[in-house]
Parts: sequence; structure tokens; C-alpha cells
Amino acid sequence: MISQLSWKIGGQQGEGVESTDRIFSTALNRLGYYLYGYRHFSSRIKGGHTNNKIRISTKPIRAISDDLDILVAFDQESIDLNAHELHTNGVIVADAKFNPVVPEGATARLFAVPITAIAEELGTSLMKNMVASGASWALLGLPLEVFNKAVEEEFGRKGAAVVEKNIEAVRRGAEFVLEQAGGPLEQFRLEPADGKQKLFMIGNDAMALGSLAAGCRIMSAYPITPASEIMEYLIKKLPKFGGTVVQTEDEIAAATMAIGANYAGVRTMTASAGPGLSLMMEAIGLAGMTETPLVIVDTQRGGPSTGLPTKQEQSDVNAMIYGTHGEIPKIIISPSSIEECFYDMIEAFNLSEQYQCPVIVLTDLQLSLGKQSCEMLDYNRIVIDRGKLASDVPPLETHAQFKRYELTEDGVSPRVIPGEKGGLHHVTGVEHDEIGRPSESSINRKKMMDKRLSKLNSLSITNAIHVDAPHEEPELLIVGMGSTGGTIDEARVRLEEAGIKTNHITVRQIYPFPTELFEPYADRASQIVVVENNATGQLADQIKLNVGCAAKVRNMLKYDGTPFLPSEIYSRSKELV
Amino acid sequence: MATFKEFRNNVKPNWCPGCGDFSIQAAIQRAAANVGLEPEQLAVISGIGCSGRISGYVNAYGFHGIHGRALPIAQGVKLANRDLTVIASGGDGDGFAIGMGHTVHAIRRNVNMTYIVMDNQIYGLTKGQTSPRSAVGFKTKSTPEGSVETTLAPLEIALAAGATFVAQSFSSDLKQLTSLIEQGINHEGFSLINVFSPCVTFNKINTYDWFKENIVNLATVEGYDPTNRVMAMTKLMETNGMITGLIYQDTSRRSYENLVPGFSQESLAHHDLTLSEDDFNGLLKEFK
Repeated sequence: MISQLSWKIGGQQGEGVESTDRIFSTALNRLGYYLYGYRHFSSRIKGGHTNNKIRISTKPIRAISDDLDILVAFDQESIDLNAHELHTNGVIVADAKFNPVVPEGATARLFAVPITAIAEELGTSLMKNMVASGASWALLGLPLEVFNKAVEEEFGRKGAAVVEKNIEAVRRGAEFVLEQAGGPLEQFRLEPADGKQKLFMIGNDAMALGSLAAGCRIMSAYPITPASEIMEYLIKKLPKFGGTVVQTEDEIAAATMAIGANYAGVRTMTASAGPGLSLMMEAIGLAGMTETPLVIVDTQRGGPSTGLPTKQEQSDVNAMIYGTHGEIPKIIISPSSIEECFYDMIEAFNLSEQYQCPVIVLTDLQLSLGKQSCEMLDYNRIVIDRGKLASDVPPLETHAQFKRYELTEDGVSPRVIPGEKGGLHHVTGVEHDEIGRPSESSINRKKMMDKRLSKLNSLSITNAIHVDAPHEEPELLIVGMGSTGGTIDEARVRLEEAGIKTNHITVRQIYPFPTELFEPYADRASQIVVVENNATGQLADQIKLNVGCAAKVRNMLKYDGTPFLPSEIYSRSKELV
Repeated sequence: MATFKEFRNNVKPNWCPGCGDFSIQAAIQRAAANVGLEPEQLAVISGIGCSGRISGYVNAYGFHGIHGRALPIAQGVKLANRDLTVIASGGDGDGFAIGMGHTVHAIRRNVNMTYIVMDNQIYGLTKGQTSPRSAVGFKTKSTPEGSVETTLAPLEIALAAGATFVAQSFSSDLKQLTSLIEQGINHEGFSLINVFSPCVTFNKINTYDWFKENIVNLATVEGYDPTNRVMAMTKLMETNGMITGLIYQDTSRRSYENLVPGFSQESLAHHDLTLSEDDFNGLLKEFK
């Protein structure tokens, strides 16, 4: 029995790869397995090779596997492009229609299943994904009833006849392959899962759900890959809570509308990727200057410019830290797991109101779009803290104004929601005094700059860094952010086996950099390796700038559009020692 | 009930003496009082430029935003709290150059708010450059030989974009302007009011006298029907946009807030943010 395996389905975009993957993984999730998905797709609607890979495990996993056990192929291209990943006793389940061949050098066992033929026999070639997934499910020897239940849910809306036909397609696929194979394959027999109820979702879903739980009632956004799922989720749910998603004319409007709504008292967010964030920079400055709460999600993708819209990268770190002209307080947090995608949105909304400043939640494409198991989310961890929100303020004298920018010890002034009689005030992106009126006075300017920038002096975020430091003096301190954490951990297991001692830090609070927390671990390590999906080592630069251990910092970079594999981190770390 | 004086504050505008913007400020204050508002029920959101300062000169909630972005900010305010009366305001550069994209889409979206453009056909605060509203041949610091670009016709664009309320006025006609702002506030949906507001310092062509000579008040046009969109478009084209009064109004279309499915009829800003445990568990179902 094995504890984990990898399954991949490949075909032309629009051919049913997505839905096959969805049903296959839903069924596995029901059985309690831990899943981690990876989508290879292009910026087009139909056509072009696409594939989805899922790793199935009895233990929590947060990384793509180096190799592959089962490849389901709708065309020869899918075999040619992916067969190299198959290990020696891997299996290909392919449509007999295109006379599949195993490429030279590969040793995988091929099952040519009449996928299209069976589907057409049952009425429509559209069902070929059901035949294919039934066949691959059968090879694993897992209970068919669970799979059929997932099929039923997928097609339930279309009526009993459709469900029945699809279940029949699954059965025929399974039957055919089992006859060829002589029963389920022993090498793929998975240990039973823990049966614990888990959720199965993408990071964008988790962030959208987190926003809803945080009390977000308006989202203003412009569609972009890989952020759009957040608005698509919220437009389905927000109306039930009286709110809405406004699809704006551009990201400038998205961010400034969110500022207007936050100013008027509603928790409002926007989400985008690099190109949209570039357009939002003036709004981020306005939120900083007017001390208006604002939550922005940046789902990083390949840049610069349009770059690689559907590929993995973590190259917006500098832009997020340094973007917008002038100097404002700003918080950047970066979730590194699916669970954090949820909880971090609640925290982001709280921080943005407590510190009255923009909060950027920085993810990357793999974390945003990779479908994975998520531990059951805890309702009791949803805590809403709106910071200094004044209500029932006393009436004002004639011509007096509410001191929206009152100088206080911690720099944060009480905020009032427009509509209150005693709260009349003016806000402006122009330098202003305590009641928000424009002022060019040097004394006032310095006071107000100090007030705004001092707000973050008291910032203390729980879990600003995640530390796994079993060694007092490790040879390597491996540092990462976002989706790379699980991959680093797998590489570390192998490094330990090779006798190399490593500690691991995932930086969650990207800005302001949590120097004091980080420093002790940096001091104790012989070398610090910073793993990041960009070409210039942006996180490494922050460590050099803030921690002062430049001589020890090494870059481990990958910017070809694909996420790190455990084997890559393992071999490149080994070279360093 | 508040009088127009209660919408005044003690801030002295930094506009030049004689600037057309003064009467727009007065008209907003009068209209707000006339429709029965209290200062805390009004939010004035403005852009950048001489005109952008208006949000600081009305005793109400004021938000002085960034250049060209008054409209998205204002729509955000209105969606968050539909109990507020929201007026966005800015100049012709703000609304028809840098913010033109937002203007067209705000018109399409039709959020219930009023947008007042202080149209002086020039960039004043930056000391005299051409604007999209400047006439062809208009000489400015940025067009020393005269502008060669076509003058923008914002009200024709507004009609084409599906505007439900289009009006135009002139700073000298405080009575008409006040009345149009009142009608704009009372209109359900997005009301656009373009106001000829002469720049006495940098625009020596489009002066008070020039406007007085060239504009036609629609009240004097026999048979003009502001509910007729074709007539409105024709009139604007015939007169090169030199008309004042209510040009077009469509009362049949509901505002965005009333059309968006599920959108709260009460101010969202006063909603309880807590998600019930039942709702939360219901939301998790699709991920199981």
C-alpha cells in the first residue's frame, strides 16, 4: 500500500479536463484524502494543451510532486508533453481513438481505452471525460459509489437521465480498463485516508469566503487572471447579505470606489494582479494620505507588463512595498496556505481599520488557483475589530468640524461614518490639518507625516513569520513566502536524510519587515537561502536591507513560469552546502 | 430644517475674484437646503483642480479625492450608504479628460447621485493649458499656436452613454442652476449637470459676456421636450451644445442600487457584519 500518488489529465482546453478533474478530486476529498492540485493552462478559451495534476495523499501536502503515477490523455500531445514525468511503473490511460503510443524512452504501461467510442455509443462524445475518469478511478481500486455520488452532484441539475448516462459512462470506462488490467493495480493501492472532513478549494475561494466572513459587503473589481474567481465567488454570495460586486471600468475605479465605500463605512475590497495593481497605485496613495481603510488582494502572476498571465511568479514584492509616490503607512501580508488565505482576509480587514491604511494581501498564482485540501475552517476564529470607530459623537459648535485627523499618541485618530450629525469633516489627499483642511504649514506637515508613519510602530501581527527551526545551528535557513512553503518542507526532509541540517521560515508579514523576529534565526544559520519565483531576489533584498546579514544570503530563484518542485530545491540546496 | 446658511462654513475659497465657481458653491448650498437636507445627510466628493476645492467649501461631509477620480469615489460612498445625498463635482479637465472613462461608465451605471461639472474650457490651477472643452484654435500655454484638437461634446456623449438626466447651466443664472441641482438630486439615478463657469484669469475668450451672447435657455424654446432623447441630441448638435436648462430626463429607468439583485434597501454602512454560524456552515457546503 502506498501513502501518496499523482494523477494528471491532459487534453485540449475546453475538452472537459477541468470537469473531469473536479469530479475525480471531489470524490477523493469525500474519502478524506489530502489533495494538492496544479493547473497548467493558457490565456485562451478553447484549444491549446492544458493539464491538471492532482497529488493524493494520506497526510497533509502542500506541494506538487516531482513525478507522476497516472496520466489520462485525450490526445497524443498530452502524452508527448507529460510522459517524461511518469515514473517507471506509471500508467497512461488514453483514448484508443487516436492510436496512442508511448514515447521512446518511457516505460509506462499504456491502456488504450475506447473513450470517445464508448461516450458516443452512450449518446454524446461530451461524456468522454466520464469514461476516462471512471477508468482511472477503477485502476486505484477505490469504491465506485463515492465517485458516482460526485457525478450525481455535478449533473444533478440536468436531471436524472443525464446523471444516469454519466454514471453508465463511468461504469463502462471502469469495466473496460479493469478487464485489460486484470483488476485494480496493486502499485496504486492507497492506504485508507483518515476520513476527516476537509474542504477542497482554491486560494481565491478561500480569500473570497474570508472576506465575506470579515464583513466585506462590497467588492469593486475589474476582471483579471488569476484574481477573477474572487469576484465571481462574491457576486454569487454578496446579494444574500445585501451587498454586491461592482465590475468597474478599470482598476483605477475599482480601487477608488473601494476607498469611497470604506470611507462611508462599509468593508470593501478589490482584487487584481500585477497589471491592475500598477493602475491602483494612485489610489493606494490616496488611502494612505486620507487614512482610509482599504484591502487589496494581489494574486501575483508572471510580469512585467502583460507578462505570463497564467503562470506562476512572485515578482510584485518590490512594487507592493515601494509603489505609490511619497511615503505612506502600508501593511503587506502574504498567506502561505489555503487556510491562511481565509483567515488572513479577516485579519487584513481588521488591520486596515485598526491602522486606517491600505493592506495588501499578496498571494501568487499557484496559491490562488491550485485546488487543495483545506482543514475545516473555524467559525470561532472569525473576529471583527473595526478599530477606533467613533459613534454617538457630541454635536458640533457652529463652523466647528470633527477632528478626523486628531493627533493622538498612537497616531490613529477616531473615524466616524458619514451621516453622523456631530461627525462632519473633510478629508483630502492634499496635506491637511487635524480637521482635514488643506494646510501647507511646515510645522503641520511634519506633525501629520509623523502621525501617519508612526501608526505602524505599534503594529504587532501574530505569526508574522512561520518558523520551523529544529536545529540550533543549521547549515541552511531556507526562507520563502506564499505557495512555496510545502515544497520547501518536502525538500528539507530529503536534505535531512542526506545529513544537511535546515531550518525554515515563511515570511507572512512582508512589510513592514519583521526584523526582530527574523534576526535570531538568521544569526544562527551558516547560510540563508531565499527561495522565490522571481529573477532578482526581491524577498532576499528585503532580508539584506532589514536584517543585515547580506554576506550569508543566497538566492534560489525560478522565473520560468512554473512553481518550484521539491527536487529542485533539494538539489540546489545541496549544491550550496 | 437647515437653511442654506447652514451649508456654509468659515473657509474662504481660494478662487480668483469673479470666478464662476462661487455661484456653483452657492447653488449647491441653496439646492441642498431647498430639498430639505441637513448638512450631515450630504456628501460632496470632488476631484482636483480649482473646482475640486468645492468639497471643502460646503458644510457637509467632504471628500477631496484625486484628479479624475471623484466619480468612482462618489459611487462607492453612495453604494455604502444610500441614505446620503451624494454630489460629485470637478472641472472639465477632471471629468472630461483624465476622468472621462469614469464619467461615461458612471452614466451607464446610473447610481443615484448628482455630478456637477464646472466647465471653464481651460486648465486653471496649472495656470492656463488647453482642455478637452477648449475651442479649436484656442491659444494657451500648451497650445501656443492654437489647439488643433476637436472640442469634446460631453452632453452628446452622455446621451449616447444612456444618461437618464442631462442638464446644463451657467454660473450667472443662479436661479436656474439651483433649480437644476434640486431636480438632479430628486432624480432617481445619475444626474449630470454641466455648468459654464468662466475662468476670469486664464480664459479671455469664453467670458461671462461671451456666454450671455451665445447661450440659449431651453425655457425660451417653444415645444422643447426634455423627455425626447432624439430632440435632445438634435438640439445639442444644432446649437453646438450652447443651451441651458433641463436637456433630457428619463424617469423610467431605476437606479443601479434598485436594479442590482439583492442590494440592500437600507444603508449598508449600518448593517451588522456578523455572519451567523448557520450561514457560515451553509457557505462551506460547496467545498466539501
